[in-house]
Amino acid sequence: MKTILKLALVMTLIFSFSAAYAAEKLNGAGATFPYPVYSAWAFDYNKVTGVQLNYQSIGSGGGVKQITARTVDFGASDEPLKPEALAKEKLLQFPAVIGGVVPVANLGNVKPGQLKLDSASLCKIFLGDIKYWDDAQLVKMNQGLKLPHSEITVVYRSDGSGTTAIFTEYLNGVCPAWKDKVGAGKAVKFPVGIGGKGNEGVANYVKRTANSIGYVEFAYAKQNKLDHTQLKNAAGNFVEPSFESFEDAAETGDFNPQKSFYLWLTNAPGKGSWPIAGATFILLAKEKTDSNKHVVKFFDWAFKNGDNKAKELVYVPLPKSLKDKIRGYWKANGLQ
Amino acid sequence: MPITFNKKNPVDLIFSFLTAVASFTVIFLIIGIIYVLISESSLAIERFGVIKFLTSTDWNPVKESFGALTNIYGTVITTFLSLIFAIPVAIGIAIFVTEISPSFLKGPVGVAIELLAAIPSIIYGMWGLFTLSPIMSRYVEPFLKKATDGIPLIGILFQGMPMGIDILTASVILSIMIIPFTASIARDSFNLTPAVVKESAYAIGATKWEVVKNVVIPYSKLGVFGGIVLSLGRALGETMAVAFVLGNNHRITTSLLDAAATITVTLANEFAEADNDVYLSSLFYLALVLFVMSFITLAIAKFFLLKAERKYSR
Repeated sequence: MKTILKLALVMTLIFSFSAAYAAEKLNGAGATFPYPVYSAWAFDYNKVTGVQLNYQSIGSGGGVKQITARTVDFGASDEPLKPEALAKEKLLQFPAVIGGVVPVANLGNVKPGQLKLDSASLCKIFLGDIKYWDDAQLVKMNQGLKLPHSEITVVYRSDGSGTTAIFTEYLNGVCPAWKDKVGAGKAVKFPVGIGGKGNEGVANYVKRTANSIGYVEFAYAKQNKLDHTQLKNAAGNFVEPSFESFEDAAETGDFNPQKSFYLWLTNAPGKGSWPIAGATFILLAKEKTDSNKHVVKFFDWAFKNGDNKAKELVYVPLPKSLKDKIRGYWKANGLQ
Repeated sequence: MPITFNKKNPVDLIFSFLTAVASFTVIFLIIGIIYVLISESSLAIERFGVIKFLTSTDWNPVKESFGALTNIYGTVITTFLSLIFAIPVAIGIAIFVTEISPSFLKGPVGVAIELLAAIPSIIYGMWGLFTLSPIMSRYVEPFLKKATDGIPLIGILFQGMPMGIDILTASVILSIMIIPFTASIARDSFNLTPAVVKESAYAIGATKWEVVKNVVIPYSKLGVFGGIVLSLGRALGETMAVAFVLGNNHRITTSLLDAAATITVTLANEFAEADNDVYLSSLFYLALVLFVMSFITLAIAKFFLLKAERKYSR
């Protein structure tokens, strides 16, 4: 009898603890791309406030599904949802951090950042219309570089991913032929090339295959010192992928709170903007004001204190102007 | 199979009940899986039908047009090639272990083969990508290309750039993975050959080669064949190792140096981010196709193994 009483006491204690704990816990799920920065922020936030934030990187599609089913406190997606879709599922949306896509090439004697490409030539390469590196169009742009007469091997992402979505969205916007033949999405039917699994797969294929070109996430390219290319942006300047050029894109991109920030950050108009950028988004269930307030508090804290951590992990923090817009959006929806 | 309960002994009754539950759980699970596969793919079945889905080579998520043929082709060709590579080696191993090797070597060789089966497939994939694939692209494939250049039909098989990320490399990895299965089943079948028969053959002056060729192999043919079909089943379903080195390309190619996609690789790659209903449903449909393929393969294997058992257990 005594043992049963003791056991009951222990059980009650455990349950009451976990009940008290539950209030201090936030659950999120979604995109894999921002996982490292969210978890780094969550770690620091936990040290400061004691609030625990669980983020499961199950993929953007999963994130949208989970928040639509209301099984998590917030969802995360690399792909912005259209305002109509948000209205239909009663969701709120705001960007959290900026990332982007960088073309990487493997051309024996060409050093990182030397190769220059514009949207038309990049599109033609990925369509298979430009077959050799010494194509007149490429040579004209790269005076002084010795481009070999060798066949271009295109490498793409074989698994569905936000990286492919941003990249194809960019090609879709700048290249009518691409829009016609291929289109944009997380997985598309690439007309030429081979497919690597994940950023690491693409990077490995590019590294291993002479005269190849592929595309990977900015952070991945930077951390692994891959041979990135320069790109011509909408303003007509050749730019390198860097924190500055991504920030410039974020600042000049037309993020509109009225449209719940729906925007593909491709081909931003700024003078120094990197043309293939994209924000990753947070999704909230409109009616869950209480938990939303906790989520917003976390991101507000991260916007204030998390920029350095983000940069350390090679994510581009949102520019101040955009953060202010987001805070306005929170206020307008009664979350702050 | 008569179910007999000893009514006097409750322990016996419970025991019989538990074992029955255990076996029926599996049957229910299989029925459940089939049900889910069919119900989830019903949308795609409606949209594309059976014949059209199985014969269309289009796999275009953007235009929501899906066909399985490229995936089926990739699956069949990699499996077929891997069997061609694996069978001679595996049978060689089995003959060595059962008939030729001195008894102190039998243990170590047998263990080594079984260890090969214990390596997780993701490790084969990484090894394939980082070690095997450079070797293939640098040495093996250029050599094959040169050697077959100009030969009609065979030359076609080795066209294109040798990148090491292709059907050939994937098949080699697959073959290494299925060797232990084929080898150990072949070994067990060879061991079924009665010693008396073998000894009689030796007694009338047959050489080792003659004994293996005329006594052991004919005696265990069916068992070996069943083993081969079982490894075929394994090769059909293999995912991670192939995903790394196949290049994931939804196209039908004639060259073994081109990238391709198998059903399992497509599922692994595209499931997580398949965000519209037709896309997801088509992936389930693809899984259903694979399920049917594996089911048929296993049924054939079972048939031969049973036949072998019946023939020799008498």
